[in-house]
Amino acid sequence: MSAPLDRRAVVAALLERRETLLVVAGLGSPAWDCAAAGDHPLTFPLWGAMGSASMIGMGLALAQPERRVLVITGDGEMLMGLGSLATIGAQRPRNLALVVLDNERYGETGMQETHTARGVDLAAVAQACGFPVARRVSAPVEIAPMRGAVLEASGPLFFQVKVGAGASAPALPPRDGGYLKQRFREALLGSDALR
Amino acid sequence: MSDRNRRTSAEPAWPAAIHDVLKSRGVRQVAYVPDAGLRQLIELCHADRSLVTVPLTSEEQGIGLAAGAWLGGQRAVLLMQSSGVGNCVNAFTLGSNCGFPLLLVVTMRGEWGEFNPWQIPMGQAVEPVLHASGVRSFRLEHPEDAAATVDAAAGLAFDGYAMAAVLVSQKMLGAKSFAGAR
Repeated sequence: MSAPLDRRAVVAALLERRETLLVVAGLGSPAWDCAAAGDHPLTFPLWGAMGSASMIGMGLALAQPERRVLVITGDGEMLMGLGSLATIGAQRPRNLALVVLDNERYGETGMQETHTARGVDLAAVAQACGFPVARRVSAPVEIAPMRGAVLEASGPLFFQVKVGAGASAPALPPRDGGYLKQRFREALLGSDALR
Repeated sequence: MSDRNRRTSAEPAWPAAIHDVLKSRGVRQVAYVPDAGLRQLIELCHADRSLVTVPLTSEEQGIGLAAGAWLGGQRAVLLMQSSGVGNCVNAFTLGSNCGFPLLLVVTMRGEWGEFNPWQIPMGQAVEPVLHASGVRSFRLEHPEDAAATVDAAAGLAFDGYAMAAVLVSQKMLGAKSFAGAR
């Protein structure tokens, strides 16, 4: 058994040379991880609405079928919106990837165990919901293939990435929701963002 | 209103009127949790290839979907029964905090002639809960007002960057009854 993956290194690898990738970051540590990799107008980080990240990603994926959409969230956030896996599995957006950074903890509230620490298998849930790719990722050698799939494979894709539970240095994105929304739209839509 | 949307004379005309308004307002994604009162509108949306229909397993998923649609340059609508409003409350922060437009069409239970006591608490709480969450509401009581009411709510949502709900009254829909089964 190798050492658990470092969440910051995983996210940095996913977002390196991201080009046209559209990103939604779930609240808490995944949003900080994305900020640590470099704040970007085409990343929409959440500071609330827990459980919504994957559905925001699906609305975006349906609206932008020519772009790749990546949702990076945590195990607690995914568990709160677990029914979304059924909805996404039924809809099958081909350009949507979900990456769940699974540290088996609620990191923002005192590191209490989540249900994945007690045997709930998120990748198996996604597979049972009809995701054509639903994998657990636990070794460094698996990160590059995951990135390749996020950018090109026919989705919806689900990756449950087992990461360590250690704390990372704070790296906070902007938290003004209106700004986060509008900078994303301007970067994606240009002048149409003001319609 | 296009002829293909016309149904038999036994069916009410207001669902087609709402479908037409959604089209004229540029809605492209239609998310829903089914309700008997929404049956025709859902069928019209499924039959319309210019719309993407998204069946949900719980209503709050549609708040996230609508936000993502707007990020991507599309407009969405969320159709639900009144009991689903309670599921959405925390997700309404997307509209309050970020200014995401949100258009809801809510078919009411728990008011006019309700026979099921379990529907009454949420039905009666719909308007206070919406208003406390920053969602404006418009009551639709008469079928002939359907197009104008949904159009007004859509204007508030998409031009005003606000959250707006059309509450289709149980009086207009006709109260459900299981009297024949007794």
